[in-house]
Amino acid sequence: MSELTLKNVGMRYGDTVVLERLNLILDSGTFCAVVGASGAGKSTFLKLLLSELQPTEGSITLGGRPLPQEPGPERGVVYQRYSVFPHLTALENICFGLERTQGNALFGRTWGAKHRVLRTEARDLLEAVGLTAAADRYPGALSGGMQQRLALAQTLALKPELLLLDEPFGALDPGNKQTAHALLKQLWAERGMTVVMVTHDLSEAFTLGTRVLVLDKVREDPHSPERFGASITYDLPVDRSAPLRAASVPPVS
Amino acid sequence: MRRLLNLQPRRPLRLALFLAPVAAMLVTYLAFSDARLAENPQDRLLPAFSTMGDTLLRMAMEPDRRSGDLLFWLDTGVSLQRLALGVCLGALTALMLGVASGLIPLAGASLSPLLAIIAMVPPLAILPILLIAFGVGELAKVMLIAIGVAPFIARELEGRVRELPREQLIKAQTLGAGTWLTLWYVVLPQILPRLFDAVRLSLGAAWLFLIAAEAIASTEGLGYRIFLMRRYLAMDLILPYVAWMTGLAWFLDYALRALNRRLFPWYGAEAGR
Repeated sequence: MSELTLKNVGMRYGDTVVLERLNLILDSGTFCAVVGASGAGKSTFLKLLLSELQPTEGSITLGGRPLPQEPGPERGVVYQRYSVFPHLTALENICFGLERTQGNALFGRTWGAKHRVLRTEARDLLEAVGLTAAADRYPGALSGGMQQRLALAQTLALKPELLLLDEPFGALDPGNKQTAHALLKQLWAERGMTVVMVTHDLSEAFTLGTRVLVLDKVREDPHSPERFGASITYDLPVDRSAPLRAASVPPVS
Repeated sequence: MRRLLNLQPRRPLRLALFLAPVAAMLVTYLAFSDARLAENPQDRLLPAFSTMGDTLLRMAMEPDRRSGDLLFWLDTGVSLQRLALGVCLGALTALMLGVASGLIPLAGASLSPLLAIIAMVPPLAILPILLIAFGVGELAKVMLIAIGVAPFIARELEGRVRELPREQLIKAQTLGAGTWLTLWYVVLPQILPRLFDAVRLSLGAAWLFLIAAEAIASTEGLGYRIFLMRRYLAMDLILPYVAWMTGLAWFLDYALRALNRRLFPWYGAEAGR
């Protein structure tokens, strides 16, 4: 299981406290959306979960084990930009993770039958995100929406326990955004990984998330704003069956 | 009347504007050359184009009376070989240093300031040291070019590696690559087209070092020949040689550009830029 827990996690740069006293237990398979104003520490929060930064206080565990000190294949990430490798075609981008993890430490690639199996797997993933026709195109020739779908497929190829999304659809127009939302929802439903998505789009947070966290400062010192960091101020479970249940309530007689 | 900065020349005008100064230079040369030759047919300073053509043809087609070599082709071959060896050696060294320094912070801590200092050493000032260390043979000349271009290329590549988005390096790690595989599959393929660009930009300096080295210690080569002929005021040979070197330099630049487009079709159209 891949339960994510944060115990009293804090992050400070010198005297500036960015995050403080984060306590959280995310059940395996939760889709957690994190919202907050700019500068509320959303990106720092994600960097902590990626091990790009180490928390200055507290501890994070994933599936009961302390979070590894460096980014690794147990966690996948999709950024708003620079999410795919520009020098690889769409298919090669998906193969990247499979090749590196299945090859040996020196060559990091596969040959022969193993390679063919891997290419087939990659083609299936491309199909799942609707990019079969773009298999041999470079990311520079793909639209923003296609690039983000490719990035999702690339990350999911390694079946990460925890999927981290850093405003993945922030640069997309509304139409593309909706397509991407539907796709992400479907992939999440099929695979059941834990997802943490940072976004500043509230409606996105509530349409996708099963749980929405709000990061904000609890305490404020007007004379030295850097003294206190943001914490989780709201932790809202989103109950998808709620509207249905409300509708089934018998009318008041 | 439109503003000057908004006026775009159309195709015929563009061509005319390009050709006008070239024609003006040719006509000026011809006028002065004719005037001098009319006064003294033996004048060597501004030879007629026909004389230059004859001299070049003689250098390219008739074996030298003393050595039996076709001097023009011998000079060209020897010079290009020195240039290629020097630039390749310099570029390879620079690639290793630059990538190591840019990607690996521990390597960068010692390499980065070192490269900054070495890049300040005027390469021609160490030519005497190279001549003492490597003798007056080919090695000293190749080394001068390599040492001359390597620091520039290395620093350029170091910067380019650091410009790679941090997101890509994190992403590579979440996809199972360690330092070595990230270097091999993420950094190197994206740095190679930039290496080609850096080499292209350093070719001007490489020619400078080549000609300087040949002028000082050599027995053949394009640079050697023009400095040898200077003693005889043989402008009829020097001018076509200069034109030939310009042509070679232009061709190398063009070839590297074409190669870059060919080998790295994704380059210049990167995602998210």
